[in-house]
Amino acid sequence: MPIQYYIYFCLTLFSIGIIGVLTRRNAIIVFMCIELMLNAVNLLLVAFSKMHYAAGLRQDPATSAGIDGQLFVFFIMVVAAAEVSVGLAIIVMMYRNTHSVDINFLNRLKN
Amino acid sequence: MSKFVYLVPLFPLLGFLINGLGRKSLSKSAISLIGSGSILVSFVVSLLIFFDVKANGGSVVTLFQFIDTDSIHIPFAFQIDQLSSLFLLIITGIGFLIHLYSSAYMHEEASPHYARYFAYLNLFVFSMLLLVLGANYVIMFIGWEGVGLCSYLLIGFWFTNNDYNYAARKAFVMNRIGDLGFLLAVFWLLSKLGTATYSDVFAQVSSLSSFDITAITMLLFVGAMGKSAQIPLYTWLPDAMAGPTPVSALIHAATMVTAGIYMIARSNILYTMAPATQTLVAVIGLATAIFAATIALRQNDIKKVLAYSTVSQLGYMFLGLGVGAYTGAVFHVMTHAFFKALLFLGAGSVIHAMHHEQDIRKMGALKKYMPVTHITFLLACLAIAGIPPFSGFFSKDEILTAAFSKNPLYYFVGVAGALMTAFYMFRLYTLTFLGQFRGTHEQEHHLHESPWQMTLPLIVLAVLSVIGGWIGIPEVFVENAHSLEHFLAPVFAESAKLAGQEHHLAASQEYMMMGGTTLAIILVILFAVNSYKKYQLSEEETTGVSKLLENKWYVDELYDAVIVNPLQALAGFFKNIIEKSGIDGLVNGVGKLVGYGSRQLRLLQSGQVGNYILVMVLGMVVFILIWFNDAAIMQLLNKIF
Repeated sequence: MPIQYYIYFCLTLFSIGIIGVLTRRNAIIVFMCIELMLNAVNLLLVAFSKMHYAAGLRQDPATSAGIDGQLFVFFIMVVAAAEVSVGLAIIVMMYRNTHSVDINFLNRLKN
Repeated sequence: MSKFVYLVPLFPLLGFLINGLGRKSLSKSAISLIGSGSILVSFVVSLLIFFDVKANGGSVVTLFQFIDTDSIHIPFAFQIDQLSSLFLLIITGIGFLIHLYSSAYMHEEASPHYARYFAYLNLFVFSMLLLVLGANYVIMFIGWEGVGLCSYLLIGFWFTNNDYNYAARKAFVMNRIGDLGFLLAVFWLLSKLGTATYSDVFAQVSSLSSFDITAITMLLFVGAMGKSAQIPLYTWLPDAMAGPTPVSALIHAATMVTAGIYMIARSNILYTMAPATQTLVAVIGLATAIFAATIALRQNDIKKVLAYSTVSQLGYMFLGLGVGAYTGAVFHVMTHAFFKALLFLGAGSVIHAMHHEQDIRKMGALKKYMPVTHITFLLACLAIAGIPPFSGFFSKDEILTAAFSKNPLYYFVGVAGALMTAFYMFRLYTLTFLGQFRGTHEQEHHLHESPWQMTLPLIVLAVLSVIGGWIGIPEVFVENAHSLEHFLAPVFAESAKLAGQEHHLAASQEYMMMGGTTLAIILVILFAVNSYKKYQLSEEETTGVSKLLENKWYVDELYDAVIVNPLQALAGFFKNIIEKSGIDGLVNGVGKLVGYGSRQLRLLQSGQVGNYILVMVLGMVVFILIWFNDAAIMQLLNKIF
């Protein structure tokens, strides 16, 4: 499959994530959109990794080209997992305090 | 003996340090002992040096290298010759008498102020000695600045009175104007000849162009104008009367104002080679002599009269320098030092007795209360008026005779000044000592003769004022009797050679001139005594010329209008407009701009998380567009889309 398809797909996913973050006020949905963006990047990294590996294999059967892309995917997954645990905890605490998950309520620091 | 010359300025310096540092702990008797004693020791050393020079001639004593660079060498050296040893005697001798006098005159001061006074006085003498002893113009300049500083400190000695502070400031500023000229002349010499040492400069003087010599001598003369109170920089000297009276005596007789005369006498070769400057010196001197004399005619403050008379007498000295009578000028410095110190100390004695009353209109008949002061003051008046055989006659006559051979006009104007001198001195004398007492009863009750510390200097100075002129008896009277001229001849030898054979007047003509002048002076004196003997206090406003003279030709007002006020207006403009709106505006404007900007930026912090994210995303887009705006990315993007 040509790499362009992956790129278009990932761009679409990322844009959906951004638009979701920008437009929605529900903290959980914003959170999901962030995950969406992260995963779009993950997918793109895997796709490029595969592309480079395929290109490297033609010259050297023992190549490890593109392996670092996959490495970064794992990084991102770990970070995302940590983020989820912290973020969800924040949302839970926020709900306990305000009985709402609307991010526009989080303006207590103003003034 | 000459190699011990450093002792002469060392003792006053030590006196200054001890009295200055120990002013809180020393007793008054210790202070006056240290203050006067240090000058007395200097005087003794000066005497030894004087006789050594008389016997063996002068020398230069180098103490150490003061400025020692590749191209310029300025040693810290002392010039000992006939001229400087004579000045040493005048400075330390009269200085000592004034110190002795001060110990009684200033006795009412509190102990720390008494010590401060003597410390300043010693520093004054030290600076003057440095000025006279220096073997190059740089050392002279150190002393030159030193006397300026000390005069400032002493004129403003009673610093709680603001008028006195202004007088001190005026003296300092006027002196600074002159000092600038002096400094420029020294720089000019250094740049042309690479040396400021007298012997080198005078030896190489013929290698200078006439323009250089004229410019250097003119600039040096500007310095002398400031220090020796000549037109147009003379106005500080009468105001300097704000200081204690012995200080006036010191400034007018032994130190400070004679510095300009000494400097020109020292640089006599330069001046002889610059005829244009010589003419200027003579004209300025003559103008000052006559101008100050007219002002003195109508002054009512005992010290102001004496101050203007000093300005006038200094004018005569400059006239002497200008017509090439260097010996005459130095002679007049010496005799003037005697009788002017005497006059000031006498005036101080009167002021002391009158409880700080200085207006001569409120004095009178002091003759019977203060016999010693009266007699000595009368002798000084006769000396300054130029009655033979008192000292002033010989020195003034020498200057006027020399002026006559140069230009008869100088002579006649000079004689007119001398007549005025006689008039205002005897007006002062008559108003103070003759007639009837016009002060309050309380003052009359307290009138007394001064203590011995004050009368002893008066007597010594009176003797000197009477006989001081006998070392310069003119050739007409006795052949080869002018011992001062023979003594000073080596210093002025080069100038005398350049000036050529002196044009001698016929003896009969000289007798006639002397006789005529003396007769006229005696008539003027009788007239002055007669017209003021029956003086009564009156409240009448003076009018016409006398009002003009009483207000000193309005020169101070003229300077205020022409120089001081425009300068102050300019300063006010800078202070109120440039500083306030320009500089302050700039500084405050920056602060205000930052404050305004941050108030506006603060509104961005809305607290809405959505806004933050939106701005963040927009920021990233912009960032990416700017940062990755290179051909490869554009190509990639083109390929993708």
